[in-house]
Amino acid sequence: MPETPAHLSVSLWRGGREGRYEAYTVPRRESQTVLDVVTYVQRHIDPTLTYRFACRVGMCGSCAMTVNGHPRWTCRTHVAKVADGGNLEIGPLENLPVIKDLATDMAPFFEKWQQAKGVFAPSATRSDALARIKPASPARLAADAAIECINCGVCYSACDTVRWNGDYLGPAALNRAWTLVNDERDAGNTARLQAIAASGGCHSCHSHQSCQEHCPLALNPTASIAGLKRRAAAAYLKGELKA
Amino acid sequence: MNVRLYVWQRATAALMVPLVLIHIAVIFYATRQQMTATDILSRTHGSIVWASYYGLFVAAVSIHASIGVRNVLAEWTPLAERHAGQFAIMAGIVLALLGAHAIFALVVT
Repeated sequence: MPETPAHLSVSLWRGGREGRYEAYTVPRRESQTVLDVVTYVQRHIDPTLTYRFACRVGMCGSCAMTVNGHPRWTCRTHVAKVADGGNLEIGPLENLPVIKDLATDMAPFFEKWQQAKGVFAPSATRSDALARIKPASPARLAADAAIECINCGVCYSACDTVRWNGDYLGPAALNRAWTLVNDERDAGNTARLQAIAASGGCHSCHSHQSCQEHCPLALNPTASIAGLKRRAAAAYLKGELKA
Repeated sequence: MNVRLYVWQRATAALMVPLVLIHIAVIFYATRQQMTATDILSRTHGSIVWASYYGLFVAAVSIHASIGVRNVLAEWTPLAERHAGQFAIMAGIVLALLGAHAIFALVVT
């Protein structure tokens, strides 16, 4: 078994869009995560380092960064899994504006959730009885398969189509739309299908499956988008959508 | 790419599947039978069936390919989507004219 090096050679992105990578040496620890490495640099070497995190247990989706070329949730990514010969290169997420260092502006990401009508549109009031949804119904199973997204932005950063087409809504927003399309309680599907069937919507996806490969929760946004494509095409052929 | 272009591109792709298979089968038949160009043209001249078959093929190719060209231009070049669409329409027209010219030569002249 190869000996664990005592130190890691870490390159961190510093600055905004026009920044550069700077080198740091960080002590290697047992069960060390990439977020631990970044935190060490900020607390012991350079307190001006900017990055974002909150829960540290893989729930909040705040700490995603680009690690050795791949977008990852850093709090749940062990150094042992990704350090290439004791080397780490950590940058901000791609496909999003860089605020400073490792922190990106997530506004475009969440604006696209709004554009994709990723908000629940209730069909009942609080006075009505609770909806009874059969857990084994096909629609509920489809929604369940996609619903655990934590909005980390890893899929958005990994997506080639987002890189090529700034108007593309992206895997996360479309995955969210798919959960709502399959929610029997939701009343917003006409507007939602219209939104995701427009230019930059689900039909722009090339099914490269980078989102599926990188999703830290092992979700499959490509499958959700394929479902949206079928649903929107059927609605269009029935004359329910304007093109 | 919106749903209208998506449906057209998929529909023309589905249409081309049998057309391509028939086209390949015809090529195999003609070569196996050692048919010359004169033999082939003698069978296609004045044929409504071959004119319709390749007319449909050319129409499907022109629509399908021009939508693809539009996507490539919109994603990989600085062209705005509207201009990519205009260029793709021109590419589709060129393909249709070239195809129509070939069919004319096959069936009429």
